[in-house]
Amino acid sequence: MLDTAPFQKADALTASRHYAAASAAVCLRQKGKSVSSETTPEDWSALILRVRDTQDKAAFAALFRHFAPRIKGFLMKSGASATLAEECAQDVMATLWQKAHLFDPARASAATWIFTIARNRRIDALRKSRRPEPEELTWGPEAEPDQHEALELSQDTERLGEALALLPQKQRDLIERAYFHDLSHSEIATETGLPLGTIKSRIRLALERLRHKMS
Amino acid sequence: MTIRHHITDQLLMGYSAGQLPEAFNLVIAAHLSFCDECRARLGAFDAIGGALMGECDSVAMMESSLTATLDRLTQPAPAPRLRRKACKVLPAPLVDYVGGDLASVKWRSIGMGVRQAILPTDAGATARLLYIPAGQKVADHSHRGMELTLVLQGAFSDETDRFGPGDLEIANDDLHHQPVAEEGPDCICLAATEAPLRFNGLLPRLAQPFLRI
Ligand SMILES: [Zn+2]
Repeated sequence: MLDTAPFQKADALTASRHYAAASAAVCLRQKGKSVSSETTPEDWSALILRVRDTQDKAAFAALFRHFAPRIKGFLMKSGASATLAEECAQDVMATLWQKAHLFDPARASAATWIFTIARNRRIDALRKSRRPEPEELTWGPEAEPDQHEALELSQDTERLGEALALLPQKQRDLIERAYFHDLSHSEIATETGLPLGTIKSRIRLALERLRHKMS
Repeated sequence: MTIRHHITDQLLMGYSAGQLPEAFNLVIAAHLSFCDECRARLGAFDAIGGALMGECDSVAMMESSLTATLDRLTQPAPAPRLRRKACKVLPAPLVDYVGGDLASVKWRSIGMGVRQAILPTDAGATARLLYIPAGQKVADHSHRGMELTLVLQGAFSDETDRFGPGDLEIANDDLHHQPVAEEGPDCICLAATEAPLRFNGLLPRLAQPFLRI
């Protein structure tokens, strides 16, 4: 259910310091060429921002090693052959490079954003129905989101992943079928049982700020 | 624009998963263009997709894969040109389907002053724009499947409620309704219908071949 639970605004200064520290940490690990399982969701966002800002191929390679095998797994679970999934996973990563300027860490975590690219590639590859996108909301390159918002969103997203893992099997199966298989819309669960309210509220704030800047 | 009628969780999840017919996707994309509330909720459903993808069993990429992809990378795409809103009534995804603004819509009269334009989508559901003069009733009909109606201009009311600009009515096969356009600006809607409508009067039934629904 998408309840609109209010959330506490964390101390912006502390949070942005934390974010800067996380970014610095990933830079160091990158230089030492050891991106390990310690890499956190904020780190993945920081890597996409490095691709965006400096076309950093080392950052891209780190993203590729982590996400490409998961995208391939996702596509195969959706019914693609290994060959098709391999080809599409490469396309998805190339699209990440091309469209890095559209990544907004205050509105989507790295994993969320990469999912949307993989989903779109899957629609083409498996000849599913065309899916028009809503009107774009784009900010100029100079208008950066607050870093603490991005940090909080990726932490919410991580918590969502944990909640997903704890769902009762039956509920979980229904959600998986909705995302991986052809489940007719009337069969899709109306309630996920997941705490989506905080993520929704946070994205809503980011959208309001964006609208404000655009007007 | 005060929107009172939103997309259901069920449809938003289907849109996020990319599992809906094209006509439904179009109506949802149009509503999302007006509604930050639903856009934010969609973000939450996309996050579920991201979490599920993250938990998929990884399948190793071929050895040459990273090098091959790195070789493909060229300059990033130029900064996106803001798709300028070409039309006050139609949101950007509809401008794409119509091929221009409201003046580009190829309306066909379907009687009683009502006009419609079928938009090209794949099978599974039909999308059309409807133009209903202020004060006009739409033929009494019921549904075999789901019907989504998004108000773009003006307003209509039926047995269930009033629907103004940005509002989305979701009618299931149990709803038998007769929408009436409000006085004021003429009512323009985008409707997606899962299965052919069933009209409940003689005249509309005769008109059905022209409706292409
Ligand atoms: Zn809405």
